[in-house]
Amino acid sequence: MTILSVGTGPTATAVPAGLRVGVLALQGDFREHAQVLRELGASVDLVRRPEELDQIDGLVIPGGESSVMDKLARTFGLAVPLRAAIRGGLPVYGTCAGLIMLADTILDGMNGQQSLGGLDISVRRNAFGSQTASFETDLDIPVLGEQPVHAVFIRAPVVETVGPRATALATLDDGRCVAVEQGNLLGTSFHPEITGEDRFHRYFLQKLSRRRR
Amino acid sequence: MTESNSAEQFGSSRVKRGLAEMLKGGVIMDVVTAAQARIAEDAGAVAVMALERVPADIRSQGGVARMSDPDLIDSIIAEVNIPVMAKARIGHFVEAQILEVLGVDYIDESEVLSPADYKNHIDKWNFTIPFVCGATNLGEALRRINEGAAMIRSKGEAGTGDVSEATKHIRTINGEIKRLTSMSRDELYVAAKELQAPYELVAEIASTGKLPVVLFTAGGVATPADAAMMMQLGADGVFVGSGIFKSGNPEQRAAAIVKAVTFYDDAKVIAEVSRGLGEAMVGINVSDIPAPHLLSTRGW
Repeated sequence: MTILSVGTGPTATAVPAGLRVGVLALQGDFREHAQVLRELGASVDLVRRPEELDQIDGLVIPGGESSVMDKLARTFGLAVPLRAAIRGGLPVYGTCAGLIMLADTILDGMNGQQSLGGLDISVRRNAFGSQTASFETDLDIPVLGEQPVHAVFIRAPVVETVGPRATALATLDDGRCVAVEQGNLLGTSFHPEITGEDRFHRYFLQKLSRRRR
Repeated sequence: MTESNSAEQFGSSRVKRGLAEMLKGGVIMDVVTAAQARIAEDAGAVAVMALERVPADIRSQGGVARMSDPDLIDSIIAEVNIPVMAKARIGHFVEAQILEVLGVDYIDESEVLSPADYKNHIDKWNFTIPFVCGATNLGEALRRINEGAAMIRSKGEAGTGDVSEATKHIRTINGEIKRLTSMSRDELYVAAKELQAPYELVAEIASTGKLPVVLFTAGGVATPADAAMMMQLGADGVFVGSGIFKSGNPEQRAAAIVKAVTFYDDAKVIAEVSRGLGEAMVGINVSDIPAPHLLSTRGW
């Protein structure tokens, strides 16, 4: 795996010209993701309508309220084409609510809450409790290099079971899984987009570049 | 806030402000019962504000308005999965302590309730739970941030269904921010004095061009068009108080406002969701309210 370029300066990830990254902009901190991606040299499209999925090489699903994203994605006809695109291999990175959207199974979801699926995992929504249990900490994530990742968990979900097709990338000290990867899909319980941490986005952009080639 | 390695850190500014970041592009709805909270969540609210009376009723019934009964707050927390906010009176740090142990997710130190202290706001740095505070202008917003507020909402005039004050306050705050970005440093010292806000915060805003915390708008939003207008004026999201449950068809109106906030710049969508919503809250013109009854002048 070519991860040598990850985290070694702003120009380390060369983004191929014309590569377009979508950020799902129904609700949540999509502007923060867009900014990280732009700083890495990517062209960013905010995605709210089904036709906007056609032009993108990958998609980020931001943090926010997963039940709201689910509802709006279904109401405005995004959920069905998005599911198909994920099945077709579209690279997608989800943070927090985005991770929930990518999970095959949601535990403690709202009545009738649906995910897009793709990651062979079950995710427990709001697994730590109310906001006073939200926290920040450092995580070792070998796939991103030696430097620990400073991670912010906000009413965060955890990955409760990791199926055979998915791989855990990071765990808390108590062993609970908080980052996963499966082929072109990437998901984290925490929010690299609000801490100035760009290695996950670089790692994700590599998936897009590889798929392009 | 200090950074620490590997140990888990609770209640940092980043964690407090972070929850507000996740609410952006969303609608926070006032609810007075668990049943209303259910309707709000089903309609797509990103959070609910638990309170005993919506501002329109506080206005019409009068009397001292206080923090809600813990039983009511518990019942609302039990009903929904989305974050639950609750209001404490301005300066009433014990109400805030109570709300923190009840396990709400955000405290609104709110002018809608009767102030408990006409001089001091709550020292919000003392809490693990984050606070949102109202502001009518940039100086007020910065004073609240300096006291530890992790989110600001422009005040508007709650319980009126008249959006004009909300418009005025969001325009004022964003206009004052824009003005700071064009100033040289010597002018910023004076600006800080005039805003009655700490120089460091003023200088930070002059260089970033935005508040260091999320800015929602509140107070008088009653229609999808009102909500979209606030978004086009630069709000990160919208609080809707009396506007939903004082209307003819709360379910439909709530869902319509949620859609209008997501597609705030798409008049076709806003037109579509505005159809057949039934009666909006009757409302009261802000200009008809005698000055002592204005809520937005509470807080200093």
